[in-house]
Amino acid sequence: MFLRMLVRAAVLRRGRAASALFAMVVAAAVATAMLNLYVDVQAKLQREFRNYGANIVLVGKDDASLPAGTLAQVDSVLAGRGVAAPFGMIVARTGDGQPIVVAGTDFDRVRQLDRWWSVSSWPSTPSEIPMPRAEDAREMGHPALVGVRALAAVAPRNQTFDLIFQGRTLHVNPAGTVQTGAAEDSRIYISLADFVAWIGVQPSSIEVAANGSPEEVAAVMNQLAQAIPAADVRPVRQIMEGEARVLGKTRATMLAAAVLIVLTSALCVLSTLMGWVFDRRRDFAIMKALGASGRLLNGFFAAEAAVLGAAGALLGFLVGIGLAAWIGRANFHAAVAPRFTVLPAVLAGSIIVTLLSAIVPISMLRRVQPAVILRGE
Amino acid sequence: MFARLVYESFRRQKRRKLLAGTAITLGVTVATAMIAVATDIGDKINRELRTIGANLIVTPQEDTLDVEIGGVNLKPPTDGAFLNEADLPKIKGTFWHNNITGFAPMLPVPVTLEYGSSSQNVTLTGTYFAKQLSFGKETFVTGVRSTYPLWKVDGWWPDDNYSSVLLGERLAARIHWHALTAVKLAGREFHVRGVLSTGGPEDDQIFAPLSVAQEILGKPGAVRRVYVSALTKPEDALARRDPKTLSGPIYDRWYCSPYPQSIAFQLMEAIPHSHAEQIRQVAQNEGAVLTRIEGLIFLITLAALFASALAVSAAMATAIFERRAEVGLMKALGAGKLAVASIFFAEASLLALLGGLVGFGAGAVLAHQIGRSIFDSQISISPVLLPVILAIAVIVTFVGSAAAIRRAVNLDPVFALRGEL
Repeated sequence: MFLRMLVRAAVLRRGRAASALFAMVVAAAVATAMLNLYVDVQAKLQREFRNYGANIVLVGKDDASLPAGTLAQVDSVLAGRGVAAPFGMIVARTGDGQPIVVAGTDFDRVRQLDRWWSVSSWPSTPSEIPMPRAEDAREMGHPALVGVRALAAVAPRNQTFDLIFQGRTLHVNPAGTVQTGAAEDSRIYISLADFVAWIGVQPSSIEVAANGSPEEVAAVMNQLAQAIPAADVRPVRQIMEGEARVLGKTRATMLAAAVLIVLTSALCVLSTLMGWVFDRRRDFAIMKALGASGRLLNGFFAAEAAVLGAAGALLGFLVGIGLAAWIGRANFHAAVAPRFTVLPAVLAGSIIVTLLSAIVPISMLRRVQPAVILRGE
Repeated sequence: MFARLVYESFRRQKRRKLLAGTAITLGVTVATAMIAVATDIGDKINRELRTIGANLIVTPQEDTLDVEIGGVNLKPPTDGAFLNEADLPKIKGTFWHNNITGFAPMLPVPVTLEYGSSSQNVTLTGTYFAKQLSFGKETFVTGVRSTYPLWKVDGWWPDDNYSSVLLGERLAARIHWHALTAVKLAGREFHVRGVLSTGGPEDDQIFAPLSVAQEILGKPGAVRRVYVSALTKPEDALARRDPKTLSGPIYDRWYCSPYPQSIAFQLMEAIPHSHAEQIRQVAQNEGAVLTRIEGLIFLITLAALFASALAVSAAMATAIFERRAEVGLMKALGAGKLAVASIFFAEASLLALLGGLVGFGAGAVLAHQIGRSIFDSQISISPVLLPVILAIAVIVTFVGSAAAIRRAVNLDPVFALRGEL
C-alpha cells in the first residue's frame, strides 16, 4: 500500500515530479562536478607547475663531484615519481682563449625536465644514429647544444670549433641552439658521455623535478638525502613556495565558488520541492480525512522526498562526473578521474535537502484542518 | 487599474514575494560575486605567480659572455659592457609601466671576505633592496623586495643608502658568522644587517646596496643587468611574431598587448644600448598556469550562473503556480490571456529589478570578502556591470517564469477555482 502510494504519486503527477527530479539532478550534478574538480585541481595544477623544472637539487658536498652511480640511485628513489637530469660544469677556453662554461648533461632528460628551453634542434642521442668511427667523430665534431649568446661569440657561422680544458681539446659541432633568457644562453651543452670522456670527472649536480604534493616532495627529499649521503639535497624554494601559494589561492577560490554553487543549487531544489509538496495539500488533506496518522503522513512524504533525493543524487552524480571530465578535458587536456568518495557526500546532502524541503511544508500543513484545505482556502 | 493590481499583489502577498525575491537576490548575489572573481582572478593569480621571481631580464647589448657556474660569475669584473643606473627609472616611463610591479639591478663583484681568521673569495652583488626612485613626478619604491618577495632575511633588510650588507645563508654558515659582528670586504669593515635565505645560488653570496658594489668596482653608475617583474598576458600566436614583420594595425595590437615580448621590446626602447628578453623558465610557465586557472574559473563561473538561473526560475515557477486560483478569478471576471500574462511579467520584472539591485550590492560585498580573505587584496566590481547584471536578472526571471505563466494563462477558470489542478 505504502509503496503503491509512492509510485502512484509519482506517476499521476508526472509533470511536477519530473520537474522536481530535474532540479534535483541538476543540483546534484553541479555539486558533484564542483567537488570532483576541487579534489582533482591540485593534482592537475601541480602537473602544470612541474613544467617550471626542478624543485630539488643535489650537489656534491663541499663542491665535490657526485659518485658515479648517483643518477641510478636517484632514479631508483624516484621510481617514476619525477625526472632527474645530471649536470657537470667546467670553464673551458675556446680556440682564441675566451673563457666559456661547458656543461655535460643528458639531453633526453633535460628535454623532459626543462620544457621551457627553446631549442632549435636537439642533438640526436647516440642510439638513434649509427656510431661513427672514432676518426669520423673527430672530424665531424661532438654534437653540442650551444646557447644563443655563446653561438654568436664562438661560432657565428655555425661552424665546428674547439674547446680546450687543461690542455685537452674537444672538437665540437653546434647541432642546435638553446635560448632561455638566463645563464644557459652563454653556455655550451655536450652529452655527459663526451663530457666524462673529455674531462674525466663525474657530474657535480643532479636536478630533480619530483611530482606530487609538498608532503610527497618533502618525502622524496628525505629519501634522497638518506640514499645518497655524499650529496647535499636542497629544495628549490622559489619554485616550491610560489607553487604552494598559487595552488592554495586557487583552491580557496574554488572552494568559495563550490560553496556558493552548492548553496544555490540546494536553494533551487528547496523551492521546487516545497512548491511540489504544497501543491499536494489536497492529497494530504484527503489522507488525513480518511484517518491517516500524523506519523504515517510524515513517513509517506519523507519517504517520497528521500526516494526523489536518492534518485536525483545518483543520476546527478553520473551527469556531474561527465561534466567534471569535460571540464578537465577542455581546460587541462586531461580527464578528471571520477572520485567515488564524493558520492556519499552528494547522496547524503541531496537526501537532507529533500527531507528538509518536504518537512517544512508538511509541518505547516499539519496545523491546518483537512476541511479547510479541501474547501480550497 | 493595472498598476493597482500589481501594487496590491505585492502588498498582500508579502510572504510569497519575499520568497521569490530572496531566490532572485541570492541568485544575483552568487552570479555577481562569481563574475567579479572571474574577471579579476587572472590579475590576482598573475601577482601570486610574480612571487616566483622576475620574468624579464635587461642586459647590455654588446656584452661579452657570462662565465657563470652556480651563481658565481668568473668573468673579469670590469670586462664587457654595463647599463647606466641613471637610465633605470625610465622603465617606469614605458607604455606598460603599470604592469611592471618592480625591477632590481644587479652588479656582481668578486671580493675578498675576511672574517675572524678566515679569508675567501666570494661574490658581492650590488642591488636595490627597496630603493625610492622618481620618474617625472612619480616616485616609487623598487628592488629585490618587490621582485623576489619570497626571499627571507633573518635580521633586517639593509638600507639602500647606507653601507650595510646581507650575508647569504650558506656563506654565513660556512664562515661561522655570529650575529652583530661586522665583516671585512675588500679591505673595508661592513656592518651585516641580516642573513639572506633564497634557496638559490644567492645563498652563497653577499648582497649590498648598488652604490657599494659600484664603489668597490670603481665604476660609478654601472649595472650589469636588471631583473624586471611584469604582469604579462599569456603568449599566443601573435606574441611570437617578429615585430619587424608586422604591419600597422597588427603591430599596434602587438605593441599594446602586455605580452612578455612586447614589454621586453619597450624596455629596449626605454634603456639605451640594452637587450631585454623574457626569462623563459618563469615567463613561459606563468602563461600556461595562468591560462589553466583562468579557464577553470571561467567554467566554474558558467556553472554558477547556470545554477543561479535555475534557482531563480524554479522559485518563480513555484510562485506563479501557487496563484492558480487568482488567475482563475481574473479570467472568470473577463481578463484576457494578455492581461493576465502582462500582470505576471510586470511583477516578475519588478521583482527581478529589486532582487537584482540588492543582489548586486550583496555580490559586490561577497566578492570583496573573497578578495580580502583569499588574496589579501581588493576584488572590486565596476558599476558598469550593474545594468548588465540587472538585464540578466530580468531575462532569467522572464525565461524562468515563461513556462509557468503560459500554463497559468491557459488554465480553465472553472477547474482553477475549484482547486482541481
